Amino acid sequence: MVPATYYIALSVTLFSIGAIGFLIRRNLIVMFMSIELMLNAANLAFVVFARQQLAVDGQVIVFFVMTVAAAEVAVGLAIIIALFRHRQTLNADEVRMLRW
Amino acid sequence: MTLLTFIPLAALIVGFALGVILNRHPIRSALCLAVTLFLLAVMFVFLDAHLVAALQIIVYAGAILVLFLFVIMLLNLEADIPQKRRRSMSIAAVAGGVVFAGAVLRPILWAGDTLPGPGWSESAPASFGTAESIGARLFTHFVLPFEVTSVLLLVAVLGAVVLAKKKLG
Repeated sequence: MVPATYYIALSVTLFSIGAIGFLIRRNLIVMFMSIELMLNAANLAFVVFARQQLAVDGQVIVFFVMTVAAAEVAVGLAIIIALFRHRQTLNADEVRMLRW
Repeated sequence: MTLLTFIPLAALIVGFALGVILNRHPIRSALCLAVTLFLLAVMFVFLDAHLVAALQIIVYAGAILVLFLFVIMLLNLEADIPQKRRRSMSIAAVAGGVVFAGAVLRPILWAGDTLPGPGWSESAPASFGTAESIGARLFTHFVLPFEVTSVLLLVAVLGAVVLAKKKLG
């Protein structure tokens, strides 16, 4: 039987990969996909703890996380499309009019 | 789930996740993400989360990822040109991520099996993680977040339509 800590270690690894991907990639779509990786890492942690406690609440939270992720992806991609129409670029470094 | 099935599955998940962040073409990143999501659904089935695994495939891999693919194809994205980013920033980001992962992993891996709860020693009842049990919890204890989520989805649909439509005239 695999100890639960191994699953949590996998979740932390996935989260770190998503965080590193978000920081080093400049393409907005790939940054968005890294965010989805982080959300999935959190989902895995929730499911593991739900199994650990034999309580279904963790899986209900995963249900909500998926719903929020779907809403966020819809709005985020709409923003990206609108941005691309105006600036013709998807590079996060080139979209800097509001930066200091 | 034995270690013999866990290790290859985890290695594949980590490999494809690295493929998501390291690929030059965004379309290849999206396909690596699809494989990662499917493998995570497999992991969920092994963890007795049957409804969540089905939802992962239907909602995450089947709707959210398809949305990504549509946008990539709509914007006709090509391979990323290697950016002239400052090397120091990329190295700092990777180093920071590795330090974070190590800092969190070290107490976890040295903790042993000391997490609270009955744990893996009991096998889950057959009704654990099914649609009935999740529905029973969702519509009694979690009914308020459920209703709020429906409003959230409505707002998201409206927002996406307004943001993405072309101005007429």
